[in-house]
Amino acid sequence: MEKKEIRSILATDCGSTTTKAILIEKREGIYRLITRGEAPTTVEAPFEDVTRGVLNSVKEVEELRERQLLDGDKIITPQSGDKGVDIYISTSSAGGGLQMMVAGLVKAMSAESAERAALGAGAIVMDIIAANDGRLLHEKISRIRHLRPDMILLSGGTDQGNIKTVVEISELIKAANPQPRLGMNYKLPVIYAGNKKASGEIEKNLDKVSALTVVPNLRPTLERENLGPARDKIHDLFMEHVMAQAPGYKKLMAMTDAPIMPTPGAVGHIMQVIARNEKITVVGVDIGGATTDIFSVFRDLETKEPVFNRTVSANLGMSYSISNVLAEATLPNIQRWVPFEIDEVDLRNRIGNKMIRPTTIPQSLEELKLEQAIAREALRLSFKQHKSFAVGLKGVQKERTISDAFEQTSSGVTLVNMMDLDLMVGSGGVLSHAPKRHQAAKMMIDAFLPEGVTQIAVDSIFMMPHLGVLASVNEHAATEVFNKDCLIRLGTCIAPVGKSKPGKDYVKVELDLPDGTKFKKTLKYGELLLIEVSYTAIPAVITPASRKIDAGSGFGEVVNTKVYGGNVGIIIDARGRRPFLIPTDPKERVEKLQEWSKAIKEFDEN
Amino acid sequence: MAHAYVPGLKVAPHTTVRKVRQLPIKGEILKNVGEKVLAADEVAKTHLPGNIIPTNIANKLNIEPADIKDFMKKEKGDPIKKGEIIAETNGIFGLFKSVVNAPIDGTLDSFSHITGQAILRENPIPVAVNAYINGVVDEIIADEGVVVKTQAAFIQGIFGIGGERRGELKIVTSAQDIPIEEEIIDENCKDKIIVGGSFLTYSAFKEAIKIGVKGIVVGGFNYNDIKKIIGYDIGVAITGQEDIKTTLILTEGFGKIHMARQTFELLKKHEGDVASINGATQIRAGVIRPEVIIPIKTDQKEDSEKKEIIGMDIGTEVRIIRAPYFGIIGNVTELPHKLQKLESGSLARVAKIKIGETQKEVLLPRANLEMIENK
Repeated sequence: MEKKEIRSILATDCGSTTTKAILIEKREGIYRLITRGEAPTTVEAPFEDVTRGVLNSVKEVEELRERQLLDGDKIITPQSGDKGVDIYISTSSAGGGLQMMVAGLVKAMSAESAERAALGAGAIVMDIIAANDGRLLHEKISRIRHLRPDMILLSGGTDQGNIKTVVEISELIKAANPQPRLGMNYKLPVIYAGNKKASGEIEKNLDKVSALTVVPNLRPTLERENLGPARDKIHDLFMEHVMAQAPGYKKLMAMTDAPIMPTPGAVGHIMQVIARNEKITVVGVDIGGATTDIFSVFRDLETKEPVFNRTVSANLGMSYSISNVLAEATLPNIQRWVPFEIDEVDLRNRIGNKMIRPTTIPQSLEELKLEQAIAREALRLSFKQHKSFAVGLKGVQKERTISDAFEQTSSGVTLVNMMDLDLMVGSGGVLSHAPKRHQAAKMMIDAFLPEGVTQIAVDSIFMMPHLGVLASVNEHAATEVFNKDCLIRLGTCIAPVGKSKPGKDYVKVELDLPDGTKFKKTLKYGELLLIEVSYTAIPAVITPASRKIDAGSGFGEVVNTKVYGGNVGIIIDARGRRPFLIPTDPKERVEKLQEWSKAIKEFDEN
Repeated sequence: MAHAYVPGLKVAPHTTVRKVRQLPIKGEILKNVGEKVLAADEVAKTHLPGNIIPTNIANKLNIEPADIKDFMKKEKGDPIKKGEIIAETNGIFGLFKSVVNAPIDGTLDSFSHITGQAILRENPIPVAVNAYINGVVDEIIADEGVVVKTQAAFIQGIFGIGGERRGELKIVTSAQDIPIEEEIIDENCKDKIIVGGSFLTYSAFKEAIKIGVKGIVVGGFNYNDIKKIIGYDIGVAITGQEDIKTTLILTEGFGKIHMARQTFELLKKHEGDVASINGATQIRAGVIRPEVIIPIKTDQKEDSEKKEIIGMDIGTEVRIIRAPYFGIIGNVTELPHKLQKLESGSLARVAKIKIGETQKEVLLPRANLEMIENK
């Protein structure tokens, strides 16, 4: 079909929790978002078919647009008169988180290295199978079958070692004939990262029963550990092959006019477009129910060329993975963001209930505040993981020695430099659908702790995945809708770095506001301030109050720049960085959180 | 008008249940299609190869590995008995012989003239799977297992821990809103699957494990206490392999929540009947929920198979699954299609629900409702 003929586009994104549909139509020569609909993703009984949620979200669009798009269970394509759409496209991350099994020869050696590689890739390790784990063969086979892992990482043996035992473990996996949890559309991915001499035998055993990938040994010698290649392969395979899968995926494939794209692939594409078009550094996030995806474009440390990095934190999210956020972040770290006192047992029960009923949404303001507290930790942890992955074009993979093999720190120097960051973009339900944009801005600031001067934007109605896949079909339409309807500029965060003491002057900010007035204020350490001003370039002079404070031009140096307002405005964050501290005393903490919340008009009750 | 497709847990007084019973490796099928089976009956069995014991014969006899064949007293595949001589030198004039005795009962798997090593294998380990439920063999999975079919009352829980158990149902609370306290658990609960109302206290769970209760079906339990029982935090809901003797199935969720009346009544109706339960839960795409299966003797054909799966509609009975009305049952009276503003400030699709006995009507997000499948 010629691109110019496309009059209407229907796009869906099947998330693990919610399926979102948008309708784009060409009006007066321009592509615009017309309406959107959403429905719970139907991967659960009694439906267990992702297309049910798709049809229901389309039905909602149909009702809101008051125009027929469906003929029974069929999306009408191409458009005929006022019925149907010219193309239907979709992205998917309905498959949810990544749960793996790892296998190795010796529990304390290769199996543990494999576990670290899997954890580094954001996976949950369901079980560790080792030749010496004390279980009988059939117990191990039953375990593999019962747990239905999404992927298996097999390692074992140094490159000079014997091959027999690792081949035996591959025979065990072969005997278990593991089936992927989401049916027969594809084979279970198995990654082999063991003794390279055994690769041939491993291939013989596993090539037919699995989708086998061989990567360099993660323990080439006893003293050396090389987790990078295995970790990166896990990450890639998950994004490309596992997360998009869901019950009914095959049916969905038959419905779409272009291949279904994994959601992070689609959003990543959009983030790169922003960075390229505006020639800026970007951190983007898409926080979902099962996974949180982070994207960044920073300059390479040596070549200064822009480098794109994308990570999928496979088990950090707001519904299916919410209890894992609690497990990884720990309760005190979540509690520190809750602006009221709450009983610990009650908080844990609420989180547990969201995990077991992932499609529910907060109805009361208190519930919303709790979810946003948890979101901050999911974002923080995902970003932490991203920093360890974002290590430049060639991925400076440092091989670790046995002495530091037990540390969870990752290899290489991160490219993520918050002082160098121009724009943060948020997407995903909890950010795009926050009842007030102020809440989205505050969540991103609290979680990512931007430094210096950083613009903030948000995906208006959570449509970046749709536009990402649309760009692969019709870039022109995607760009038009993106510029006009998708990216909402929230404003700018000015956040100096450095320690001080409560009550002491921290930073002076002078702004030439668009109405001709001058804004001039010195903030004290620990304060937060919002200046409500719309999206225009505003000349700004930022003066740190001491030589121990850096506002972007070096410690004690004055910053002369332009800042932008937006739907929220300009937020001056004098709460400090490195470290950023929240009071630990519960009463003091609640007071401080409420004060900050009020300062930026986070909730209407403020 | 669009149906609202919301997830729902099955609470069926009469349905057909099919269960796949599979061996870990290929083996022998012990039953035929159409044959009646009891839950404890073995339906398939196999033997797993025994563990391997390597023994360096050449070293022990002080001979060259290449000569090992000349000194072996057993051939490959021969059975061996513990203590039996498996290799021997000739000695000098029949004296000063060196011998190697079998350290295990089993077979001689192989020996190598390169390493001088013999591989001994212990006797095969028998492994069997049982039928899990009383029923009829409906299908044979060649060399791997069977599918057992039965007519049963079937209840899906929302979350569970622990694996397959079987026992007589015993109702231990007078109503669906009464918690199971420690005092309720006594020797009469041993080997039973006990059913209670709104909540299970931690001390009651511990007591149940101590006494030897097979399983507990209850409305709620504290999320915090799961860690105390199994020793670790559940990050993602993938359970069923916990090392606990008493399987726990929650029908409603975490915290104190009344068990749905239909669920409680159905379980009560079957008090004294034998049920098969499994706490295994996997909440992710490709979901698995915990289950209570109570086989029933009946000639009646179940009606749920004929029922077309449709979504929530006017009149549908629903359970509210999020605060502030968590656990309350109501009926849909209206499904407005325009988005409505919630107290949180969010816009959402809502449903008007008439709540239980009070007949009060409230607007709730459709996402916070769960259909009760009870037909």
